[in-house]
Amino acid sequence: MPQFATIAISVLFDGLAYAMFLFITSVGLSITMGLMGFVNLAHGAFAMAGGYIVVSLTRSLGIDIVPSLIISSVLIALVSIPFERGLYRRLYKATDLEQVLLTIGLAFMAIAAFTYFYGPIPKSVPLPPWLQGDVNLGFRAFPAYRAFVIALGVVLIAVLWYAFEKTNIGAKIRAAVDNRRMAESVGINVDRLFTLTFALGSGLAALGGGLAIQLFGLTPSFAVLYLVLFLIVVAVGGLGSLKGTLVAALVIGIIDTGGKYAYPQAGNFFIYMVTVIVLLIRPAGFYGRE
Amino acid sequence: MTAALEVKDLNRSFGALHVTRDVDLTLERGARHALIGPNGAGKTTLVNLITGVLKPSAGRVSLDGVDITNTTQAERARRGLARTFQINQLFRGLTVLENICLAVGERDGHTNNLWRPAGSKRIVIDEALDHLQSLRMVDDALKLVRELPYGRQRLVEIAMALAQRPRVLLLDEPAAGVPSSESHLILDVVASLDPNIAVLIIEHDMDVVFRFAKEITVLVGGAVFTQGTPDAIRRDERVREVYLGQEHKHEHRYG
Amino acid sequence: MPTARERAAEYLVRRHYFVWPEALPWVIAVACFFIFPDRMTFGSQVLIMVMFALSLDLILGYAGIVTLGHAAFFGIGAYTVALGFTRLGWSEPLSGIIAGGVLAGLVGIAVGWFMLRYRALTLLMLTIAFAAMLQEAGNIRSDFSGGYDGLPGLSFDPLFGTFDYDLYGHTNYWYVLIVLAIVFFVVRRIVYSPFGQALTGIRENVRRMHAIGSPVHRRLVTVYAISAAIAGIAGGLFTQTNAYVTLTVFDFDISAKVMVMLILGGTGRLYGAFLGAAVYMIMEDKLSKMSPAFWQFGIGLLLVLVVMFARRGLLGIAEDWARKFKRGRA
Repeated sequence: MPQFATIAISVLFDGLAYAMFLFITSVGLSITMGLMGFVNLAHGAFAMAGGYIVVSLTRSLGIDIVPSLIISSVLIALVSIPFERGLYRRLYKATDLEQVLLTIGLAFMAIAAFTYFYGPIPKSVPLPPWLQGDVNLGFRAFPAYRAFVIALGVVLIAVLWYAFEKTNIGAKIRAAVDNRRMAESVGINVDRLFTLTFALGSGLAALGGGLAIQLFGLTPSFAVLYLVLFLIVVAVGGLGSLKGTLVAALVIGIIDTGGKYAYPQAGNFFIYMVTVIVLLIRPAGFYGRE
Repeated sequence: MTAALEVKDLNRSFGALHVTRDVDLTLERGARHALIGPNGAGKTTLVNLITGVLKPSAGRVSLDGVDITNTTQAERARRGLARTFQINQLFRGLTVLENICLAVGERDGHTNNLWRPAGSKRIVIDEALDHLQSLRMVDDALKLVRELPYGRQRLVEIAMALAQRPRVLLLDEPAAGVPSSESHLILDVVASLDPNIAVLIIEHDMDVVFRFAKEITVLVGGAVFTQGTPDAIRRDERVREVYLGQEHKHEHRYG
Repeated sequence: MPTARERAAEYLVRRHYFVWPEALPWVIAVACFFIFPDRMTFGSQVLIMVMFALSLDLILGYAGIVTLGHAAFFGIGAYTVALGFTRLGWSEPLSGIIAGGVLAGLVGIAVGWFMLRYRALTLLMLTIAFAAMLQEAGNIRSDFSGGYDGLPGLSFDPLFGTFDYDLYGHTNYWYVLIVLAIVFFVVRRIVYSPFGQALTGIRENVRRMHAIGSPVHRRLVTVYAISAAIAGIAGGLFTQTNAYVTLTVFDFDISAKVMVMLILGGTGRLYGAFLGAAVYMIMEDKLSKMSPAFWQFGIGLLLVLVVMFARRGLLGIAEDWARKFKRGRA
């Protein structure tokens, strides 16, 4: 195979894995921000927490990674509910700045707490044999773990798409994102809807955090370092849009991977440049409402 | 003589939704013009198009003969077009006097000054107090806007617009939300506006409309349904049907 | 007995007059020189952060622009001074920080002109992205910028050719204090000017400002540029104080830190910057040495508490006490 094609396929593959991670972790943030207009900068902390729970489950309790991911997501989803009901709910009418400050404060507290319990050194998790090494897809061998992430991402996209477009609840969510007051006036209980989407989004974030361990490593500052990335995906994709989050995740994931292959010293430069260009042209993101 | 405000073939669509259709409207100097119509007829949209909050899909707006269709909202305000909002848009955390001073200062360019203290601009302060005095609101001058009862806040809303010394004034339901015990304050102000200002008022209260207006435009479904003097409108059967249905009952009750 | 009208006019006329509590921060700053002579380098750092927080108060507290990328301008000022030395051999301190401020201000105009058309999340992301891009660009050209290892070994001429720097940072402290005083004086005038009033109007109700004819975008770009220039001067002083600069001056952390300082002290009152920066820096100095995780937890908790219970910051609490005290006595 020609050299360029080989590299291109590697970039696409790695970029796709990165994009799936970004999508899984960010989609909850996009929907909740689109639904309630609530700026939740603690979202990265939920992802981080999910990751650490997976670490504990696999290393301390010897549970396999796939069940650990599921348990962690469910756990974080449940834990997020009292946060939403008890704390966030009081700030729905507050200014953007107040929401930013409160949720950053929570993120700091979470980072500090997890640093205390787990230490700042990056953790890894043991992988079962079928996720180690490479998987042969016929024309080429690819890292099994990344293939797993991509496959999981595709499955989740299909599930979420179905839930959004074909179910009753999905229709209610779309209606409420589009026009909350109108949705309320036709009898949709937006508050309960929000708790549900918030829990779901936090659970997905935890899943993303768990997946990230073997992709990028996990430290407590993951909560803030990757938060900027999640915000970029959400802003570029458009608030409240499943399609937007996916497109943005793909664009960011592939361009960043490609950029780092071509110019490793550029770091995240290309992501930020894409962000600025997209937002200047379409300030509400690809699929956001003006 | 050029009209103070002229609107020609004004159109505005949101995708497939055609909210303003081929609207023509003219305000002569000193006009007292009412804009009425059922809910959702597009009255506030029309005002937003005239003031520049919305850009038209087609059509033209002229102020004193000058085409302002492509100017910004702020530019139109500086040229003498003032408006009040249906829901008060005031600086709630500032005092009444500071609110008016901002309007006066922007008009004459004092606000471009970064260096001299606002307190040294006696000319602005005195004029703002003059405006408050003419509305008998000097006692409220140092009160924060959010501490005033809604009716008096509504007066401040009008005072803001008047402080711009407008040539054309658009009042969007000035008495809306004001308890009936206080609405006479608003209506007295509206009745005693400077005769040189061309005034367009959106109103639902027919008593106010017939007392105040020398000309009425009826807007239905975004288009001008009919236009004419108060007598002509009052006698027009079609207008009754389309809009004055409830008022018809009202007249039955009070003769 | 003055009439209601006269009283109202008097209130506005007198608003910008100095009141005696305004002397407090300066008295304290001077007193610190005599009470803590061995902590003067730290003292300079505090004053620099006060200046940085002051620049943020102009746009956040007064104009209501929410930005998490103000470190961009701090960094521009810092690197102007540093690169001026390494590339051009420029070692005169005053002209150095002025150059840093001017450059930061010009960039502020250019960037602000584009970004300030937007609000909320869009604007926030643009500010974050811009600061991050500068940092990454600096990393790409680390031959130029010294990368994250930085540019060490900077040195600067004595002030006005006579005041030399001493080992204890005494001269530097007075230098920074005087520059801060000048900057503060300028900011105070701007805030009490009609322009400053307009900024408050933009923050309170931008719809109304458009409706009364205010050129909102032009006003925002102007204040953004001034704020950027001040942040740049603070950055330049930072480089001069440390004789060292690295790309970490562009960190998101720095932008977040200065916002926390300002919120802690209280926005929209100028003196909140003094109070917040001083309290934060002192607490950080004491507590983060004990345990960095403990410090971070404390800051997070503080933010949550401030938003929930003390929205107007420490100054707000002080003002509430003062009002209760006055009412108790009356």
